[in-house]
Amino acid sequence: MTNSGNLQLTANGELRHFLTPEGLDRLMLERILDTADSFVVIGNQEVKKVPLLRGRTVVNLFFENSTRTRSTFELAAKRLSADVLTLDIKTSATSKGESLLDTLQNLRAMHSDMFVVRHSDSGAAHFIASQVTPDVAIINAGDGRHAHPTQAMLDMLTIRRHKGNFESLSVAIVGDILHSRVARDQVHALKILGCSDIRLVGPNTLMPQAITSMGVTTHNNMDSGIDGVDVVIMLRLQTERMDSAFLPSAGEYFRLYGLTTERLAQAKPDAIVMHPGPINRGIEIESAVADGPQSMILHQVGYGIALRMAVMSMAMSGQMQQRHAKAVNPLSLKREPQP
Amino acid sequence: MGATQTLHYPELADTPALVNNLLDQIDQLIFTQKLDQPLVIGIHTGGVWVAKVIAQHLQAPLGQLDIAFYRDDFSKNGLHPQVSPSSLPFNINDRHVLLVDDVLMSGRTIRAAMNELFDFGRPASIKLITLCSVNQRELPIQADACALSLDLEAGQYIQLQGPDTLKLSIIEHANHD
Repeated sequence: MTNSGNLQLTANGELRHFLTPEGLDRLMLERILDTADSFVVIGNQEVKKVPLLRGRTVVNLFFENSTRTRSTFELAAKRLSADVLTLDIKTSATSKGESLLDTLQNLRAMHSDMFVVRHSDSGAAHFIASQVTPDVAIINAGDGRHAHPTQAMLDMLTIRRHKGNFESLSVAIVGDILHSRVARDQVHALKILGCSDIRLVGPNTLMPQAITSMGVTTHNNMDSGIDGVDVVIMLRLQTERMDSAFLPSAGEYFRLYGLTTERLAQAKPDAIVMHPGPINRGIEIESAVADGPQSMILHQVGYGIALRMAVMSMAMSGQMQQRHAKAVNPLSLKREPQP
Repeated sequence: MGATQTLHYPELADTPALVNNLLDQIDQLIFTQKLDQPLVIGIHTGGVWVAKVIAQHLQAPLGQLDIAFYRDDFSKNGLHPQVSPSSLPFNINDRHVLLVDDVLMSGRTIRAAMNELFDFGRPASIKLITLCSVNQRELPIQADACALSLDLEAGQYIQLQGPDTLKLSIIEHANHD
């Protein structure tokens, strides 16, 4: 495989940043899932650590709060034996007026090998990868409404481990599609992996315009939306949306779109239920479902660590190979023309 | 990958005889070094096949290691996506371990395997058992029991086929690393 201009890949088509599944091919997504499968096993061992990233420095750059994502990234890096620095940007130099660029250049000067970036602006991770530190591997841990690729891929890992082949599956994604950075990546990843029946379920006010151009169907009615599906992915309802005009009330939302035991009976009897967490019990999902036998919610947390170990080790390997190729290839050295 | 050749090493053709030779050496090693109740651990994949035969012969417990996460060429060659899990269904602390691989070449696999073993515990001793060894050592690691030593030219490799019938052969890579 060779790379024709995808920022996320090396010249040889190896992963070197992980910003979004969009633009990656099926083979690459399957390689990520295969690698993650191997790391799931490590998590079950007594010593949960392997020396793959020993001596490498991973910096968690969280410009936005996220306890769960940050802690699983931190744990993933530590299980790969990397040195991990977690920066809470709000208490760092940026609050003293240092610009983002200066912060990044300083971290780069400390010979950091990887940045895990969470930012409220769409495209932040992409910007850093393309403009600021191209020789540092960038992992997108969520940017604005744009992407949250490791969450989407851990959901794919959950589906593949519990349901198998994507081609024969029907998947419903339920809730606030409009504000979700995960839903977009989930749709991209499901399409790339061969899933043909993808249904987005939610009220019109929370459904993006022209989403059907992505090859999905939209449903305002929950019962018909999840009818006969193999997988129900619930999205977290961001309670701050409650105050705006998007939703009438939490009770009304639960009555129409909350996942209850009765409603889940519309899906296949062996359907699995997923949720990225943290869950709002009684708003998106009933406790009996969240804690029930079809729920994958706690599995997802463990798979999240394995999936993050996979993309971190693959991106680090790609960056290293790229650096190695540059170091040994004299043609890559630019020389000033002689007068 | 070029044609298989066994011309210079007729011993290769009779892999079962090599395996028997190895088993004799192991019996001798266990006797002279007084290795009480040794554990047999094979390195994925060829080493596991040989280890299975040894474990059967000794009536000893068998474990397997996949050293992909412990390799030292990860930043150069990347990660193999399908790593089969290491499984040691016993406690290795204070036990004698027979570490088994099919071919000893550079010694880097053995280095990685020993690193991984120490993540599982502290064995009383480790003996290295390989079916054959090649004159391409890059580390000060050598086998305690080995059925055949070979001098190969650059680009030639030894391959073990299995798992049911074990068969050694020499292969040639045009672009060797």
